[in-house]
Amino acid sequence: MTQLQARGVVRAYGPTPALRGVTLDVTEGEIVAVTGPSGCGKSTLLHCLAGILRPDAGEVSWRGHRIDHLSEAARSRLRRTEFGVLFQFGQLVAELTAAENVALPLLLAGTGRREARTAALTWLERFGVAELADLRPGEMSGGQQQRCATARALVTEPRVLFADEPTGALDTLTGEQVLTQLVRLAREQRTAVVLVTHEPRIAAYADREIVLRDGLVDHTGLGLDVPLAGGSR
Amino acid sequence: MSTPHVLLGLLAAGSRHGYELKRAHDERLPRARPLAFGQVYATLGRLERDGLVAAAGQDRAAGPDRTAYALTGEGRATLDQWLSTVEPPMPYVASTLFTKVVVALLVADVDRARTYLIAQRAAHTARLRELTTVKADPAATLSDVVAADFAIAHLDADLRWLHATLDRVADWHREVHP
Ligand SMILES: Nc1ncnc2c1ncn2[C@@H]1O[C@H](COP(=O)(O)OP(=O)(O)OP(=O)(O)O)[C@@H](O)[C@H]1O
Ligand SMILES: [Mg+2]
Repeated sequence: MTQLQARGVVRAYGPTPALRGVTLDVTEGEIVAVTGPSGCGKSTLLHCLAGILRPDAGEVSWRGHRIDHLSEAARSRLRRTEFGVLFQFGQLVAELTAAENVALPLLLAGTGRREARTAALTWLERFGVAELADLRPGEMSGGQQQRCATARALVTEPRVLFADEPTGALDTLTGEQVLTQLVRLAREQRTAVVLVTHEPRIAAYADREIVLRDGLVDHTGLGLDVPLAGGSR
Repeated sequence: MSTPHVLLGLLAAGSRHGYELKRAHDERLPRARPLAFGQVYATLGRLERDGLVAAAGQDRAAGPDRTAYALTGEGRATLDQWLSTVEPPMPYVASTLFTKVVVALLVADVDRARTYLIAQRAAHTARLRELTTVKADPAATLSDVVAADFAIAHLDADLRWLHATLDRVADWHREVHP
């Protein structure tokens, strides 16, 4: 069933067009890779889908309701509950420990402190960084921070995770460990993932792939917008 | 290609029968080109002729499948020599994929070459996904993972090249057909 829907999404930054009419459906629990050359609009699309940016034209709907028209407060509520976001550089809060960072989305959603801490520790454990619980980001390596950020993005068990080059700053092996675990857990809890990447080997974790080119979905056969035989399901 | 050396390597830990060698080969090189029993025996025959392995234990009369083979001193020296020789890193660009794109561009128009590149990309991507699934399976052994990784890294490189070439194909066609 389609959960997230974009229809003819257009977005420019001043005179620079970034998206020129993108249409896209994301169904429950599926993993969609968004690929394409630098500057083609991948990040802009992700931000529009996640309600971080407002499209200039077109529609974005979540479970049949337009979200592009919602107020900033309503959209950020959505991001706290139904959506999770993860960027290339984890963007942990520098003043908070790993456990506090991971617990934060739960606290914001109204979960009690003790319960939030327990969940945070469980999620740190799942990404193999339980021993970092009481360290601050400044005391961790980039790879360790990214594991914590991934745990934070999944702790609320969102219905969709928006991930923009989540392993882009990591070495091959570390990136792979983080991604394998992310995909495994997302599949377990039926979290859909929109995975922006420019690497074929990362896109290969997805069920299907959408190729963007100059702000449009490429329909020349480049995008493999159908689940392939032997796909990762 | 290096089947003799693989067999020498598998014998380094102690003598084995042909069928044990075949099984060990399949376990350690799970994504290698399939190795037939006949090939194992034929290779062992040549290695024995060259003095690199010798029949160990008896039952000689019972046929090759009852014979265990062991590494000789000369066999070990050959294996050491092979292992200490660095492979030349890609001395030639030798790939049917590359050659076919060049020929497509020579004999056909840009669209034809592009169509081929796109179809090839789809096939590569399908295989890449298949191997990624194999690798991400919690039941995969490290032998599976290492072998899948090798294939994935090469497919990934091919795919990057296919993408870059798709972007260059029009200019390239103009250069080939001025
Ligand atoms: N904040 C901004 N201000 C002005 N222009 C922007 C801004 N963000 C993006 N753009 C422009 O919009 C277009 C799409 O950018 P976007 O970041 O979505 O591309 P991308 O596909 O994510 O690229 P990359 O792979 O390099 O991250 C580009 O031309 C870019 O220069
Ligand atoms: Mg980007």
